[in-house]
Amino acid sequence: MATFKDFRNQVKPNWCPGCGDFSVQAAIQRAAANVGLEPDDLAVVSGIGCSGRISGYINAYGFHGIHGRSLPIAQGVKMANRDLTVIASGGDGDGFAIGMGHTIHAMRRNIDVTYIVMDNQIYGLTKGQTSPTSAEGFKTKSTPSGSIESSLSIMELALSSGCGFVAQSFSTDLKDLVAIIELGIQHKGFSLINVFSPCVTFNKVNTYDWFKQNLVSLNDIEGYDPTNRMLAMQTLMEHDGLVKGLIYHNPTRPSYQESVRGYSAEALSKQNLALPEEKFTELMAEFM
Amino acid sequence: MIEQLSWKVGGQQGEGIESTGEIFAIALNRMGYYLYGYRHFSSRIKGGHTNNKIRVSTNEVRSVSDDLDMLIAFDQETIDVNAHELHSGGIIIGDAKFKPVKPEGCKAELVIIPFSEIATELGTSLMKNMVAIGATSAALGVDTATYQAVVEEIFGRKGEKVVTSNMEAIQRGADAFVQSAGNSVQTLSLKKADGKNRMFMIGNDAIALGALAGGARLMAAYPITPASEIMEYLIKKLPEFGGTVIQTEDEIAAATMAIGSNYAGVRTLTASAGPGLSLMMEAIGLSGITETPLVIVDTQRGGPSTGLPTKQEQSDLLAMIYGTHGEIPKIVIAPSTVEEAFYDAIEAFNLAEEYQCPVILLSDLQLSLGKQTVEPLDYHKIKIRRGKLNDQELPEREDKAYFKRFEVTDDGVSNRVIPGTKNGVFHVTGVEHDETGKPSEVPENRKDQMEKRLRKISNLSFPVPIYKREEHEESDVLLIGFNSTRGSIEEAIPRLEEDGFKVNHAQIRLVHPFPSDELLPMLKAAKKVVVVEHNATGQLASLVKMNAGHGDKIESLLKYDGNPFLPGDIHQQCKEMLANGHI
Ligand SMILES: Cc1ncc(C[n+]2csc(CCOP(=O)(O)OP(=O)(O)O)c2C)c(N)n1
Ligand code: SF4
Ligand SMILES: [Mg+2]
Repeated sequence: MATFKDFRNQVKPNWCPGCGDFSVQAAIQRAAANVGLEPDDLAVVSGIGCSGRISGYINAYGFHGIHGRSLPIAQGVKMANRDLTVIASGGDGDGFAIGMGHTIHAMRRNIDVTYIVMDNQIYGLTKGQTSPTSAEGFKTKSTPSGSIESSLSIMELALSSGCGFVAQSFSTDLKDLVAIIELGIQHKGFSLINVFSPCVTFNKVNTYDWFKQNLVSLNDIEGYDPTNRMLAMQTLMEHDGLVKGLIYHNPTRPSYQESVRGYSAEALSKQNLALPEEKFTELMAEFM
Repeated sequence: MIEQLSWKVGGQQGEGIESTGEIFAIALNRMGYYLYGYRHFSSRIKGGHTNNKIRVSTNEVRSVSDDLDMLIAFDQETIDVNAHELHSGGIIIGDAKFKPVKPEGCKAELVIIPFSEIATELGTSLMKNMVAIGATSAALGVDTATYQAVVEEIFGRKGEKVVTSNMEAIQRGADAFVQSAGNSVQTLSLKKADGKNRMFMIGNDAIALGALAGGARLMAAYPITPASEIMEYLIKKLPEFGGTVIQTEDEIAAATMAIGSNYAGVRTLTASAGPGLSLMMEAIGLSGITETPLVIVDTQRGGPSTGLPTKQEQSDLLAMIYGTHGEIPKIVIAPSTVEEAFYDAIEAFNLAEEYQCPVILLSDLQLSLGKQTVEPLDYHKIKIRRGKLNDQELPEREDKAYFKRFEVTDDGVSNRVIPGTKNGVFHVTGVEHDETGKPSEVPENRKDQMEKRLRKISNLSFPVPIYKREEHEESDVLLIGFNSTRGSIEEAIPRLEEDGFKVNHAQIRLVHPFPSDELLPMLKAAKKVVVVEHNATGQLASLVKMNAGHGDKIESLLKYDGNPFLPGDIHQQCKEMLANGHI
């Protein structure tokens, strides 16, 4: 049985000291061990951004792709080999700006991928421009007089896109984060986990303290029921999206793989590719 | 007796023009004739003139004919637009319903038959297509019973009655033709065909079948003309093999999803046309730098932007070779016949895995959608080669050292494992990386990795990089083309030879890396070179000049009005170019 140490590799992350992404990395490593995975069973696909480097820091099959496209790559990996556990990850710009189309459609499609977003409300790698999750009025290099676009409510969007597992967490709450990632991996279908992961270098507003003061834990809301979608939506609206915990879970919706007609029960990557001659003759005859 | 017939049916889009041509063609294909069908259509579903031009021959044909023997018209527009193609002795058969008239100067005979009226009498005006088929058959001397099997296959589901009334419609059409035409029209009786069983398919069918035979189990794609038939065929067939087609949200997702599943060990393709390929450019670079196999089909159509979405063009050539930023190894192959499209599709997957790079299978609208008779394909030519793919468990790793997926080797190709392989963990990134996939900006490493990747295709072996017809040691003119121009060039050649010119022909099948060494002797042996292509800037000519020189002899014969080259276009224009020393 692998432990979280087995998911560590020899590479030293190049994140700034204090960056929230360190804890996300640790949480993924712990969750992977806790659910009983071996490094060979896990593929981590990531986008481009500071956060995107994460695939190179976990001892597992890693694919660091292009900006905004971690989800299609991850879905392709999962379709090719359903035995692998596939985690996609990246930043708020990666997933909610350039890659937003894929995010919505991955939620609709429901291929079994766990998507972990490191949301720092800023573009870290390109040195501090506004992001879709930046608050209105937020001043950055690209919005010197404050952002005039409204901030995206990604959790509400996930609920309306049919996502069957919607969760939000905070990078310092390691225990909770590990537990949520475990649930996400175990969920059969697409899961979205948005993790507030502060950028200590470029975001001086949404700091660790700011999140501590503003985030409400769903555990503290009496009678909160994550299977109640209406309640989930209402709670998100009441708290301006600043909640943490498992927001919504629908374990009954079948995943894409379970629904595709004829989809091989054995990993497709293990298939013999040869086409029997009789079959070929039959296929040709259809054109005669 | 004629050996060849050129037939066209036209009307408003959505009126069943397609099925009229289809039923006629399938029946004749089964009699052993060689067919070539090309549809003229616009990018709307209902309304707008559409026609289907079909050549019937006792020999193989691969191009649209210059003229027309018979025109079936469901409206006056069909006659107005197409009558000029008819030669004297040709026949127009028009539906009495629209009171057809012959345009001034038209030498063809006009036969008027109440297609719609007969059909309505038999139950539904929809059957006017069948009446037209019957009339055609009478004119050609084809027995109406020939259609029985096809009609049963198409309408059998709807019950015996529907089959019977459709057959009756065909018979009534034939009778009506004999009655109205009587002896006034010289019938175009067709020489008997050999009765052999051959396939009748479009290029896209061949590509899709080739992908299946070549081991593709997944496809990710976004619909577009003229590529959609590939995904539509595979979505029907792949589930039988455990796979599927995923219709993605866009072509960026299609290409990157295909990269994901190829990386994970499943042969996966995507197919699109110019606009989609434009969106895939960044992904193509990712496939290049991560050395992930990727097969993309580009069915060219008129560009730029939405351009001429339903018309023939070959203007993506240079974009397919040079597209994506940065420099990567890439292979671009261009089948020139439907058969080649099938075998090339298989080869595309082999090359993608052997060279671990993107492979673009270039087609064009005429090749992708032109429907033609194809000799049965050879099962024994289907070979699957996966290159340096290791599917075995690896020895235990020391200190969690990553597998050297990007090891620098003599031929540039490194061993490949797929995720899930025991002890095979490695990292892949679009950032420049070292042998284990760890990002690295070290100048030495950059050079090594860059050279390693580019080295892979320097010794590429491709079975037939150029299709050659080299009848003359020294030629007056060498005709060069790629993709579907093959048919028209081949038909123009005997005519040019009859005019006294010695003609050689090279159809470029591997457009990148360019087969300069193969082409050079032909260039040297030619007095003039004419590059025939469907674009306005002479892209293939530029490629030839850049790679093989001889720019002083090379001239372009271009067509970019949306219509395919007719053999006559090439014959006439080439003759003029040669005669007035234009080149
Ligand atoms: C197609 C493309 N456009 C732009 C960029 C430049 N770029 C790299 S990362 C990034 C944004 C990163 O922000 P985010 O996704 O939030 O990640 P973070 O660095 O904050 O973790 C941008 C704009 C790129 N790499 N590719
Ligand atoms: S710039 Fe911000 S997001 Fe990037 S590593 Fe530094 S702290 Fe983290
Ligand atoms: Mg960010």
